[in-house]
Amino acid sequence: MKCWVGIDLGSTTTKALVVDDTGAVLGRGITNSRSNYDVACEIARNEAFLDARFTLFARALERHTDLAAHAGLLIESVRLAFRSEQHLYLLSELEAQCRAFAAELADPRRAKAALDEIFEGMREVAASLFEPGTKPRSDFFRDIAGSQYMSLAEGVAETTKLPFETLLGVYDKSILAVESHVPASSLQDLIERALEVALGSYRISDALKADLRSAVQGVVEMQLVETQTVGTGYGRARLPFRKEFIRSEILCHGLGAHALFPGTRTVLDIGGQDTKAIQVDGRGVVTSFQMNDRCAAGCGRYLGYIADEMNLGLHELGPMAMCSRRPVRINSTCTVFAGAELRDRLAMGQRREDILAGLHRAIMLRAMSLISRSGGVHEEFTFTGGVAKNEAAVSALRQLVEESFGERTINISPDSIYTGALGAALFAVREEFAEAGAVSMAAGGPA
Amino acid sequence: MKANIVKEASMQRQKDMIAAHFELLARAHETGRKVVYTFVPGNLTELMLAFDTLPVHPEINALQAGMRKQSAGYIAEAERAGHSEDVCTYVKCDIGMMMKGNIGPTGQKLPEPDLLLLSYTGCFTFMKWFELLREQYECPVAMLHVPYQSTGRAEPAMIEYVVKQLRTEVIPKLEAVTGKAFDEDLLRTLLGNSVLAEDDLVHVLESAKHRPSPIDAYFGGVYYIGPLFTAFRGTPEAVEYYRMLREEVDARQAQGLGPITPEGPIDDERFRIVVEGPPNWTHFREFWKMFYDERAVIVASTYTKVGGVYDRGFRHDPERPLETLAEYCLGCYTNLDLATRVEMIVGYIEDYDADGFLINSIKSCNSFSAGQLVMLRAIEERTGRPGCFIETDLVDPRYFSASNIKNRLESYFQMLAQKQTGHEPVEAAS
Amino acid sequence: MGGPVMTKAELLARCEELYEDLDLTSVREWKEQNPGGRAVGYLPTYVPREILHAAGVLPVGILGAGEQLEIVRGDACFQSYICHLPRSVVELGLSGRLDVLDGMIFPSTCDVIRNLSGIWRILFPDKYTRYLDVPQNFAPEVGGAFYEVVLRELWSELCALSGREPDDEALRAAITLYDANRKLVRELYDLRAAEPWRAPASEAYLLLRAGMVLPVEEHTRVLAEYLALVREEERAMVDNARVLLTGAFCEQPPLTLIRTLERAGCDLIDDDFMPVLRWLGHDAGDALETDGDPVRVLAEAYLGDEQESACRFVPDGQPKGARLVETVRRRAAEGVVCAAPSFCDPALLERPMLQSALDEAGIAYTAFKYAENTGQMQPIREQAGTFADTIKLWGDE
Repeated sequence: MKCWVGIDLGSTTTKALVVDDTGAVLGRGITNSRSNYDVACEIARNEAFLDARFTLFARALERHTDLAAHAGLLIESVRLAFRSEQHLYLLSELEAQCRAFAAELADPRRAKAALDEIFEGMREVAASLFEPGTKPRSDFFRDIAGSQYMSLAEGVAETTKLPFETLLGVYDKSILAVESHVPASSLQDLIERALEVALGSYRISDALKADLRSAVQGVVEMQLVETQTVGTGYGRARLPFRKEFIRSEILCHGLGAHALFPGTRTVLDIGGQDTKAIQVDGRGVVTSFQMNDRCAAGCGRYLGYIADEMNLGLHELGPMAMCSRRPVRINSTCTVFAGAELRDRLAMGQRREDILAGLHRAIMLRAMSLISRSGGVHEEFTFTGGVAKNEAAVSALRQLVEESFGERTINISPDSIYTGALGAALFAVREEFAEAGAVSMAAGGPA
Repeated sequence: MKANIVKEASMQRQKDMIAAHFELLARAHETGRKVVYTFVPGNLTELMLAFDTLPVHPEINALQAGMRKQSAGYIAEAERAGHSEDVCTYVKCDIGMMMKGNIGPTGQKLPEPDLLLLSYTGCFTFMKWFELLREQYECPVAMLHVPYQSTGRAEPAMIEYVVKQLRTEVIPKLEAVTGKAFDEDLLRTLLGNSVLAEDDLVHVLESAKHRPSPIDAYFGGVYYIGPLFTAFRGTPEAVEYYRMLREEVDARQAQGLGPITPEGPIDDERFRIVVEGPPNWTHFREFWKMFYDERAVIVASTYTKVGGVYDRGFRHDPERPLETLAEYCLGCYTNLDLATRVEMIVGYIEDYDADGFLINSIKSCNSFSAGQLVMLRAIEERTGRPGCFIETDLVDPRYFSASNIKNRLESYFQMLAQKQTGHEPVEAAS
Repeated sequence: MGGPVMTKAELLARCEELYEDLDLTSVREWKEQNPGGRAVGYLPTYVPREILHAAGVLPVGILGAGEQLEIVRGDACFQSYICHLPRSVVELGLSGRLDVLDGMIFPSTCDVIRNLSGIWRILFPDKYTRYLDVPQNFAPEVGGAFYEVVLRELWSELCALSGREPDDEALRAAITLYDANRKLVRELYDLRAAEPWRAPASEAYLLLRAGMVLPVEEHTRVLAEYLALVREEERAMVDNARVLLTGAFCEQPPLTLIRTLERAGCDLIDDDFMPVLRWLGHDAGDALETDGDPVRVLAEAYLGDEQESACRFVPDGQPKGARLVETVRRRAAEGVVCAAPSFCDPALLERPMLQSALDEAGIAYTAFKYAENTGQMQPIREQAGTFADTIKLWGDE
């Protein structure tokens, strides 16, 4: 089967997305960007292809008269089982790395004992992480494993009398090693194991089970041919692609938002490093755009600083801000002074949630100015990028759009983080179908 | 790529002219010639030459320092001496250069000024700049206050005011410094030369209306305006230079050749762009490359009008020597109101059939920059052609973020390309 | 603000209310009470308010929105390296808060205010918008003559707006009225210099700000009432550092900043807030007796060198900072606070020249930047406190 891929190499996360020849999304993959961009791309791409197989699996089940009714539930259990298997696999990789590093420590025996205890604890929890109905704290192995390791290591440091920092150092080096190579897990193996786990809790006839196994077999064996890949994102220049297969984020977000919500005329994307306000026409073609100036205030990264300063997870900022009843008015969103300003306000007795609510509004105010610069919001409006997941940011945005431009339809897709990758994938399809000899998007100027 | 580098004769001629001028400056004190510092906008070169003085342009020295990567050090020097990070970097670069011995672009020491001719045209910072220099050099300042054309017209009272100042302030101070009497006939002769050069410059700039454009009216344009905007307006050398340039450009145009770049000519222009705002000098080549790599040619620019707007009909008039100088000053680009500037750019986009326009917003230069975002919207609305907005600085390398600018330009050119090819995006059914 | 005599607290409360009222309610009320009356806004630093008054126009000083307004559309118009004042002025305009004004005047303070006049024309094409060039040549027959033409033009444009005819008598009366106002402003500053604890800067500031929106007659009454009240009042003498503040002639620091300086031990005994109130240092009207032409009187009053400003050229022979040093001496100030709005070209380019004049004269100074919406007072509190302590501890050495 022919597939087209879009890769969005962002400053914080790398996203990959696979579409079929109609532009329909088959699979999505995401991982945290890291110093090795090739690896980040590869991991996101693998994940997206894996996800694509689940989609194809679902399609196969939906075609089956007797299984169609169970399709949703079945896929979900297989998916969870798969994630659990995958997690265990990465955990074993991590453990191996940790043990290798620990062996070089001054007191390897004590370190080994500490790791024994930690990884035992982590494996215990691992089983329950992916049970139906649970929502993991993060999609990334690094985050999940990291927080478990830390909390276990604290106790273990006490009992083994090994400095916590030493254990931390072992983890930091190991996770980097685990992350910077592409997991060599066998897809077929993992999926089949996952299917058996899922079937274990399912009461269906053996005949149907056989059908299921063959459906999985069919999907696993299906050849997914990566026909063309287009890259975008903050780090796109580092992608190992030819220039004509690289598109700016602006174009990709415009097209991606149009694909998700065809009525879109204005797009706001808040990424880690920059904020973009984009106007598109009825075909998703960008007509004008504005990006934030040199200053990083108002970008996703600013929220990162705040989270660090408050010792919170990035994802915890929004919910906490939503608890505010009396938001504080914050005039400056200067990244450089963020820490000092926060401490000053806390010292003045202002509540964390009120400060956070004020900060979210201040960030969205900056975004509003950019939107104004690009021409305002006259019709449907779509908010994309990682910050679109932050409910406090969204709430401030809704309020401000209404205050500044009147009542407007505001679209936020649960998959908004993939908007750029989607646009890139659609450009990949288009590149394939563009007439031969049509003007390429790239300029072959003097080298 | 070396083989492709085309050095035109006019370029060499200009280099020689500048070298000779700096040679004269270096020897000014032994030859007894008086030195007058002044600014490019509203420069009264013919008047200065009529008194046989040698002009020095601190802005040009600053931009040269920027191109030679010396500005960062000079700016740091001035900031250490108490100048704010917020203010114009031309000023700080100039002051830093002075503090470091005032070595000019040719490596020779610049002579101290005998007079600061403060043609206060289109930039408030000029006044502070020369007040600062006066403290250092302890020499007189001749203030020529040029009112702002806030309604796009030079009113008779404004012209009269400027002429009166020429008579009562500028000329007497030039006379006092040089010991020479004002020679109006000489001024007329020089102004006559100016007209010839001005005609040829306009011809060169307007050659960009052709497809392909034989010139780049910004990256190349900054060289073309050199002699006329600095020490040479009114001289026979300038007349000769512009005649030569005109012939070269005509020849390129006749052969259907595109503009010359450091990496060879662009003979298959892909985008035609109008640019508003001065260039960045510290990364001039790198910035230029972002355009010629995309085969984007600048067909018109407003920066090439800072030392005089000649392509809207103005010419110096030898018959009315002081009035014409007044009208010249009043009409310089940064002395024009925003609506007129919008009008000019809209005109350029239409007359030069540009695909779009770029605003290079300069941190140092509020005269240019304040209001550019409003101009952007107004121009887009009027022409329906998209604008691109970037921020850099004149000579402060801290304000040139190459990756940031490249990102924007790339997005912009891709947007233009998408408009040009116009093929429908694939509809997704996600 | 007529009616029964107010207590000082009431008077100040009313002034603070005016200061905080971004909707210009008092101007709306004035227009209701004066059918056919026009109101025209002006930006810092100087406009000839007498001309407005004589044309039947209420001059309304527009000094931004302080720390009170969230800026969206204003930020859309300006890059991050441009000062804050024009952002809030645009925001005020686009949010309809300035609708009550029939026009705006933008004086030649700097490139930003100059270009704001062009922005205004584009954003509000139906409103009267005027850029006002004041002369930088101070010879009566050169700069004076030019300025006279400018003033006459302005006057006739404003008269067209209000449907009146230019009338010399009206202008003479206006000059006299503003002279009376300037006289009391001078008295207020003199009082502050003599007994700063009687009229603290934060109070005086509110009083002066009221002059931005109130009709001049009323503002003069307010000043008179305040002066009478504080002269009688028993107020404990406070031994603070006597400092002079310079650099705040356009974008204003928030009131909290002025209060912060006071609390940190600095008595601002002189400043350059709102120079329009004091630009004509002497009584312009004195010349009315010898010169029958009030426009010329007003023009020539401007040419005098009473006011040293970063926006005004200092001709040869008058060293920069001489006036500042002279004021420090005359007011017996112990130090200077060089406050300047971030990105303010005139103030910041002027600063090194002023500082070298202060160095030469052996006058202590401290310097910082602010914006009209500066929210963080902690660094300023510390800096000003240290400065005041330094003056108090070592000032006499």
